[in-house]
Amino acid sequence: MKIHEYQAKELLRSFGVPTPTGTVVDSAPAARAAFDSFGKGIAVVKAQVHAGGRGKGGGVKVVRSADECQSEAERILSHPLITPQTGPEGVPVRKLLIEQATGIAHEYYVAVVLDRAVQMPVLMASTEGGVEIEEVAAHNPSAIKKTHIFDGRGLLPFQARKIAFALGLTGTLVDEAVKTLTGLVRLYLERDCSLAEINPWVQTTDGHMIALDGKINFDDNALFRHKDLEAYRDTTEEDPSELRAQETGISFVKLDGNIGCLVNGAGLAMSTMDIIKFHGGDPANFLDVGGGANVDQVTTAFEIILADPAVKAVLVNIFGGIMKCDTIATAVMEAFKRVDFRVPLVVRLEGTNVELGRKMLVDSGLPIRTASDLTDAAQKAVLAAG
Amino acid sequence: MSILINKDSRVLCQGITGKAGAFHSSQCLAYGTKLVAGVTPGRGGTTFESKVPVFDTVQQAVDQTGADVSMIFVPPPFAADAILEAVEAGCRLVIAITEGIPVADMVHVARVLRSRPECRLVGPNCPGVITPDECKIGIMPGYIHKKGPIGVISRSGTLTYEAVWQLTNLGLGQSTCVGLGGDPIVGTSFIDSLRLFQDDPETEAILMMGEIGGDAEERAAEFVQAHVTKPVAAFIAGQTAPPGRRMGHAGAIISGSSGKASDKIAALRAAGITVADTPADMGKAVVQAIKSSK
Repeated sequence: MKIHEYQAKELLRSFGVPTPTGTVVDSAPAARAAFDSFGKGIAVVKAQVHAGGRGKGGGVKVVRSADECQSEAERILSHPLITPQTGPEGVPVRKLLIEQATGIAHEYYVAVVLDRAVQMPVLMASTEGGVEIEEVAAHNPSAIKKTHIFDGRGLLPFQARKIAFALGLTGTLVDEAVKTLTGLVRLYLERDCSLAEINPWVQTTDGHMIALDGKINFDDNALFRHKDLEAYRDTTEEDPSELRAQETGISFVKLDGNIGCLVNGAGLAMSTMDIIKFHGGDPANFLDVGGGANVDQVTTAFEIILADPAVKAVLVNIFGGIMKCDTIATAVMEAFKRVDFRVPLVVRLEGTNVELGRKMLVDSGLPIRTASDLTDAAQKAVLAAG
Repeated sequence: MSILINKDSRVLCQGITGKAGAFHSSQCLAYGTKLVAGVTPGRGGTTFESKVPVFDTVQQAVDQTGADVSMIFVPPPFAADAILEAVEAGCRLVIAITEGIPVADMVHVARVLRSRPECRLVGPNCPGVITPDECKIGIMPGYIHKKGPIGVISRSGTLTYEAVWQLTNLGLGQSTCVGLGGDPIVGTSFIDSLRLFQDDPETEAILMMGEIGGDAEERAAEFVQAHVTKPVAAFIAGQTAPPGRRMGHAGAIISGSSGKASDKIAALRAAGITVADTPADMGKAVVQAIKSSK
């Protein structure tokens, strides 16, 4: 689960990490009031959307007067925000974070993520803040300092000091950095995060360390023990069809092609996309109905796929293991009653009770094109999509 | 011969009275697996299908039945605890089928397992392990398998069935098929399985199926080049998947790898591995790998 910057900063503050003074607003007059409440000075207006690259899309603006703050707030709230991560249609902005501007002496990067290779979380920090860590890794990997969270209790004091000194910090900045690093790791561990990132992490002109931006993602599998985090969920940020799939227990990712895919198992679903592409087609989605899908799930899956106007054909690829092929055949026939199939349907069944499943589809008299294997299925689907 | 499990493996199932645990325990029994015990706290003293004794704790099950392998179907919030219970009771192999275990729980399990080299975990979030005609532990359909000389390793379930089915239809049976699991942290890696298959005299060739993300396939390729003398074929799923999400990148940064399918395929080919172009050619890639090694 992803959350907004203002929510991430709330959490960071509760773990002892300093952030700029700010107010969340949802209208231009409220933005103006927030500016005025800071007294004289400079403020930053920041669009609150989950997508990254907000600055590049004009979603972050420095303002020097109440008038400017109000007009920038008005501008950002009135148009969808287009960033390198949103796609050309952009995303609507409903909330703004108005923050007091910070005098920046230097920008750093710090984050906690899982290092799969060693099966431990790792704290990564860099002297090159404000840029994507991927870029730093590509052009200057030695700038990234790492320490693994090998102890069950979290980041040990010497590890925090090691990173602070490696970043070149001195004096009271080291103490402040140690406090932030320790708090960030505690947040990652105690709230089951999959990512806890501060970028940029700033050394201010008046000699303090402060989190200028924060990004926190949570492990969906652990949300059951953090019921309070549900309040942070913003479903308006999620793709409606992906959200519906999630609620039904289906794994779905929308893509740009025209061949809808309904598959059981993630690996086979990805492979089905691969073979469609290999035969000159373009998959419209990734869809894994899971191992024990029932009639309702399969029907919902068809509805989600067919709701995409770009879809010109649908390919069903099921390797029945535990899910029997006759169950899938029943689900397909039932879905035909409930869903308007406006495009050709190609079905490839293999596995448990395959003969029965195929016979049921043939006997149903429904306009279904059956395929004998993966290649045949992909070729038929590509042909049907034109 | 085979790896990990065979006709003499004595298996217990944790979560045997749950819906999934009961269904798959029945299937395993029907396949011929020596399922000697079940464990569900509070249900000790009962029997499963009037032949398998159920115990309250894994320790009781191990002590009284001599079980040495545990198959886990315990729900995600309690699954890590179940894995550690099996480890502590002395099971030499723990196969965790459960999907959806919190990553932090598995970080803890991994920390414990590093101090217990005598115990191996397979999974979680995996289809299990099967040695055809001898022992099936997991959720794979038994009948698609055939006894033979090919070792199969995969991160995904149904894609493995697809590959096994292709092999069986080509007349190529399998020594053992290992489902590693799709989670960020799993107990057994490609390298662990490759090492076991290399040392198994009855395995003559190996098929491995990887996925985009991380660098497990790249490290497996290096291992094959250095240590595996048997023919190896591979397939990478997700060649056309859109560029990974942010976490995929952040994870890959640490290892200095992109996680992209094209880079994985290049690494595998550079190590002399035959890579199937499409998922329809996985069986044929094994045939080709065997042919070109002769």
